[in-house]
Amino acid sequence: MPDTQTLLFKSLADPTRRALFERLCREGELTVANLTLEAGVSQPVVSKHLAQLKQAGLVSGHHQGRQTHYRAELAALAPLADWTIRMTEFWQGRFDELEDLLNRMDQ
Amino acid sequence: MSETETRAAVVEREFAHPPEKIWRALTQKHLIAEWLMNNDFLAETGHRFNLVGDWGGTLDCEVLAVEPHETLSYTWNYPNDDPAFALESVVTFTLTPTPKGTLLRVEQAGFRPDQKQAYGGAHAGWKVFLGKLDGVLAGMN
Repeated sequence: MPDTQTLLFKSLADPTRRALFERLCREGELTVANLTLEAGVSQPVVSKHLAQLKQAGLVSGHHQGRQTHYRAELAALAPLADWTIRMTEFWQGRFDELEDLLNRMDQ
Repeated sequence: MSETETRAAVVEREFAHPPEKIWRALTQKHLIAEWLMNNDFLAETGHRFNLVGDWGGTLDCEVLAVEPHETLSYTWNYPNDDPAFALESVVTFTLTPTPKGTLLRVEQAGFRPDQKQAYGGAHAGWKVFLGKLDGVLAGMN
């Protein structure tokens, strides 16, 4: 598995990190303080997770006054959210049809 | 610059039917049409055929391996002028008898230029992706 993918998987494997990323996907730009409110962990921990997400290219941050605003970079998921997922879903759907057919067929 | 990479989609399911019956569904064209796509398939190595999708697209296929009741493999190529949509892949069905019936495994291994992915697809797919992440991780060392 290429390093980019491994980094993405590892970044999102942690439930807290994943929750932070999902919130940024849902809510758009948020500050560390905003993110900490619902994260269930301390602000330094949130900052550490954000740094890791940033390293994987999953979030970006820009300074606005004294605050850093973070946002999700969905494009970073592109190497993963690719045709293998679509094809897996495709075959699962086909297998449903196959099962119907087998149930209708004679032995 | 076209750096190629390989990826595979794998789906397994146990069916409460014997391998012989599943083999018929995989190799008889009128049956294939019922669960997969319209086609002119023949279970002969080297036979070229098309799968025609409901969406109007046509896949170019060639039978690579036929081992009755065990393995069926064919190419699954989707030619397209836009390399972002073109796909060259191989689909392999493996049938394994089980006490209850048959374990059917399909693996689709693909080769495509490493193009920038359609962002729309990535956008729509990310939730699905996250949902499957645990499963993917379970398969990693």
